[in-house]
Amino acid sequence: MDLILGLFVQGAQMALVLALAPLLTGIVRKAKARLTRRVGASLWQPYRDLARLMRKEVVLAENASWLFRAAPYMIFAATWVAAALVPTFATGLTFSWTADLIAIVALLGSARFFLALAGMDVGTAFGGIGASREVMIASLAEPAMLMIIFTLALVAGSTQLSTVAAQMATPAVGLRFSLGLALVALAVVALAENARIPVDNPATHLELTMVHEAMVLEYSGRHLAMIELAAHLKLLLYLSLIACVFAPWSLAAPGDGVGAHLWGVLAWIGKLGLGGALLALFETSIAKMRVFRVPQFLGVALMLGLLATLLLFVSRSL
Amino acid sequence: MSAVALLLLCVAALLAVAAACVALAARRHDGASATRWIYGATLAVSGFGFLVALTALLGAPGAPSRITLPLGLPWIGARFRVDALAAFFLMVVNLGGALASLYALGYGRHEETPYRVLPFYAAFLAGMNLVVLADDAFSFLLAWEFMSLASWALVMTGHREPQNTRAGYVYLMMAGFGGFALLLAFGLMAGAEGGYAFDAMRASGHPPLVVALALALTLVGAGSKAGLAPLHVWLPLAHPAAPSHVSALMSGVMTKVAVYGFIRIVFDLLGEPAWWTGMIVLALGGATAVLGILHALMESDLKRMLAYSTIENIGVIFAGLGLALAFRANGMDAPAALALTAALFHVLNHSFFKSLLFFGAGAVLTATGARDMEKLGGLIHRMPATAVVFLVGCVAISALPPLNGFASEWLLFQAIIESPDLTQWGLKIMVPAVGGMLALAAALAAACFVRAYGIAFLGQPRSALARDAHEVDGFSRAAMAALAGLCVLAGVLPGLAIDALSPVALSLGGARMPMQGAVAWLSIIPIAESRSSYNGLLVLVFIAFSATLAAWAVHRFASRALRRAPAWGCGFPDVDATMQYTAASFAQPLRRVFGTMAFAACERVDMPAPGDTRPASHRTEGRDRIWDALYAPLTGAVQTAAERLNVLQFLTIRRYLSLVFIALVALLTVLALWT
Repeated sequence: MDLILGLFVQGAQMALVLALAPLLTGIVRKAKARLTRRVGASLWQPYRDLARLMRKEVVLAENASWLFRAAPYMIFAATWVAAALVPTFATGLTFSWTADLIAIVALLGSARFFLALAGMDVGTAFGGIGASREVMIASLAEPAMLMIIFTLALVAGSTQLSTVAAQMATPAVGLRFSLGLALVALAVVALAENARIPVDNPATHLELTMVHEAMVLEYSGRHLAMIELAAHLKLLLYLSLIACVFAPWSLAAPGDGVGAHLWGVLAWIGKLGLGGALLALFETSIAKMRVFRVPQFLGVALMLGLLATLLLFVSRSL
Repeated sequence: MSAVALLLLCVAALLAVAAACVALAARRHDGASATRWIYGATLAVSGFGFLVALTALLGAPGAPSRITLPLGLPWIGARFRVDALAAFFLMVVNLGGALASLYALGYGRHEETPYRVLPFYAAFLAGMNLVVLADDAFSFLLAWEFMSLASWALVMTGHREPQNTRAGYVYLMMAGFGGFALLLAFGLMAGAEGGYAFDAMRASGHPPLVVALALALTLVGAGSKAGLAPLHVWLPLAHPAAPSHVSALMSGVMTKVAVYGFIRIVFDLLGEPAWWTGMIVLALGGATAVLGILHALMESDLKRMLAYSTIENIGVIFAGLGLALAFRANGMDAPAALALTAALFHVLNHSFFKSLLFFGAGAVLTATGARDMEKLGGLIHRMPATAVVFLVGCVAISALPPLNGFASEWLLFQAIIESPDLTQWGLKIMVPAVGGMLALAAALAAACFVRAYGIAFLGQPRSALARDAHEVDGFSRAAMAALAGLCVLAGVLPGLAIDALSPVALSLGGARMPMQGAVAWLSIIPIAESRSSYNGLLVLVFIAFSATLAAWAVHRFASRALRRAPAWGCGFPDVDATMQYTAASFAQPLRRVFGTMAFAACERVDMPAPGDTRPASHRTEGRDRIWDALYAPLTGAVQTAAERLNVLQFLTIRRYLSLVFIALVALLTVLALWT
C-alpha cells in the first residue's frame, strides 16, 4: 500500500511539474510586463503557444538528420526526469534515490548536449553561434554548480536532494555564511542556465545577442513545442531547487496525510510565484551583458562556490 | 593451470604470431591474407587472455598465482604473478586488444604496407601483457621497454611523412627518458642488497628520502608514458601518427599500463604513503585534466584531439589516485577505497570510450581520407552506423548520464565530498580546488565533443571528401558496436564493475566499497553512511519511457504533418557549406575565455581600409607554454652542449688515451672517498 501511495505521489509530482511549468513562465512574463507598465499577455499564454505549435506542421530543413528530429524528445525527457526528481512539495519520493543533485545537474547537461548538437545539425551559422556560446556558458556554469553542490553536501552530509531538504529544515543548520554564498552563486547559475537576462534574453530577436534562441532557430511546430516546454520545465526545476534547499518549509514527508501533501503543493505554488516575481523584478532592473562579460559574471559564481566550499573545509560550522 | 601460466602462454602465442608474421613477410606472402590471419590470431589469443583475466579477477584469488621462469638475470630468474590488480589490468589490456584486432580485420585491409604493422602489433600486445604480469624489476623494465619499442615501430608506420618521423623521435626520447627514470626508481627501492623481486621491495621498509625520490622518479617514468603534464608533449604527436586501431590501443590501453605501473609502485611497493604524496599527485592530476581538455578544444585534427582528451582522462584518473593516497595516509580506509575504485573504474571506462572514439576516427579516415575536422561534415547521412556509435562514445566521454563516464566521475565527486575530514591544511585547500578543476574539465569535455561531433558528423559536408564518404565494413562496425554496448552496460550497471573491483581495493588499501549487489534496485552507493545514491539503469529507463511517452502523445494528439524546406539563412539565399560554423570558430568563445591564459592565444585581424582591394585576413595564434618554458630550453641546452663537445671528436689518439686515464683515476678516487 505504501508503495502504491508513493508511486501516486511520484506520479502526481511528474504531472504537476509538467502542468505548472508553462504557468510559471506566464507569471514571469506577466510580472515583467506589469513592472514595465504594460498589460502583458494572459497568464495562460504559454499554454496557448504550446497548443498552437503542436497543431502546426513541422517545417524541416532539407538536410536535417534523424538527430534533429529525435533531439526535442530527448531534451524534453531528460529535463522532465530531472524536474521530477527535485523535491517540490514532498521529500522522500519513491524514486528520489535514483539520482542525486550531481546526477540531476548532469541530466540537464545531457539535455544541453543534444540541444547544442541539434543546433549544429542543419549547418547554418545561427545554430553554430548558439551552440558555441551555449557550451561556453555551460563550461563555466557547471563547475560553479558543482561547487554549490559540494557546499550543500558538506552541510547536509549527502548529495541526495531529499536528504538535503530534510536536513536544511532542521534547526541544526541555522544561518551560515557558506550557505549565503551558495545561494548567491546558485542564483547566478540559475540565471545563466535558464538563458535569462543578463546572460541571455529569452525574448530577443536580435541575432547577435541570441544564445538559446539561435540554437533552436530551425525548429518549428511540435519540435519547437517540446523544446519550449523543456525550457519551461528547466526554469521550474531551478526555482524548485532553490526553494527546496533554501526555503525547505511545508514540505510533506513520506507517510504524511493528504492534508500535508495538499498544503505542500499550495506552499510550493506560492514559492514558485514568489520566485517568478523576484526573477521578473531582477530582470527588469538589469541590462543584458555583452557575451564576453558573461564569463566574469559566472566566474563570480564559481569563486563564491569555491569560497563556500573552502569555508566548510576549514570549519564544518561556518 | 594457474592464471599466470595461461596468460604467459598467451604472451608466448602473441610472440609466436609476431615471429610467424616476420616469416610471412620474408616469404613475401600476400599482405591481405596475412592481415586476416594475423588479426584473427591476435583476436583469438586476446579474447582467451581476457577470459582468463576476468576469471582471475572475479574468482577473487586469495593467494595470487605466481610462477618463476629460469630466464632473465641468473640469480633472480623471471618472476611473474597475477593478483587482483594485475588481473584487472590484464582484463583491460586483453579486451582492448581483442576489440582492436576485430576492428583491424576490416580496417587493416586499407593498410598500404601491412608488414610494417602486423609483427609489431602482435609484439605490442605481448609487451603490454608482460608489463602487467612481471613480478620483478628486471622483467618489468624489459617488458616496459619492449612495449615502448614495439609501439614506437607502430608510430613509425607512415615513416615517409615528416611529422610522423618527428613524432617517433620525440616519442623515443621521452620513452627512453621515462624508462631511465623507472630504472633508477627500482634501483632505489631494491636498495644496496639488490632485492629486485617485487616481494623483496614490498617487504623492506623504505627510508623517507628513498620514498620521496622513488615517487618523483615514478611520476616521471610512468607519468610520462601515461601522459601526465608536463611530460605529455609526445602523446598528441605519437598516438595519432599510428594506424587508428593502434592509436586506440596506445590511448585506451597503453596509458592504462602506465597507470598500472604507477599504482604497482606507489600503492604496493613503496608501502604506507606520506600525506604530501597524495597532494602532489592530486595537483598534477587536476592540472593535467584541465590542460589536456583545453588543448583538445583548440585542435582541429580529429585524432590529435582524441589524444589530447586522453591526457584529460589520465588527469582524472591520477586525481582519483592522489585522493586515494591522501585518504590512506590519514587512515581513512573507506574513502580511500572509494577514490581508488573510482580511478580504476575510470580506467576501464576510458579504455572503452577512447577505443571506440579512435575506431570511429579511423572509420572516418577510411571513409573520407581526412583527419582534419574542417574538411568533414554531414557524415551522419553518409555513415549512419558509425555516427550512432560515435555519438555514444561522445556522450560517454563527456561524463553525461546515463553512460559510463558519468558513473566513474560521480564516484570521484563523492570521494571529494568525503575529504573535509583530512587533517592536513594543504590537502584541505587543495581538494576542493581540484574538485572545481575536475568539474571544469568535465564541462569542457562536453564542449569539446559537441564540437567534434557537430563539426565532423553534422551540418553540411565541408569538402568533396566528406560528400563522397561511404559506410565502413562490418568488422569495424561490429567492434565499435561492441564498445558502445560496453559503454552503455557499464553506465547502467556500474555496480557490477564496482563489485568486481573490490578485491583490488581490498588488496591495496585493506578496505572496499560497500557491496553494490546488495543495494536495492541496482543503485550504487559510495560509502555506507553517506546516504547518496545513483541509479543509471533507472535514469535510462525513465528517459526512454518519458521520451517514448512524449513522442507517442505528440504524434497521437497533435499534428503529424511535416514539410521539408531550405534552411533559413537569415534572408540570405543559397545557404552553403562555407557559411557554417567551423571547428575553429566554434572554439572561439572558449579560446577567448581560457586560451589567453593557457596558450597566450591571440587573434590578428587585418582589415583593409574601405576602397582597398587587398583581402582581409583573420588569424589566430597560440603557443604551447609548457613546450616554451620546459622543452625548448632543454633541447637548446642539449644542442649547445653537443656543439661544445663536438671538439672531442677530432682529437689524436694520445689525447684520447690521456682522457681515458684521467677519467679512470677520477672515478677510482671518487669510489675510494665514497666508501
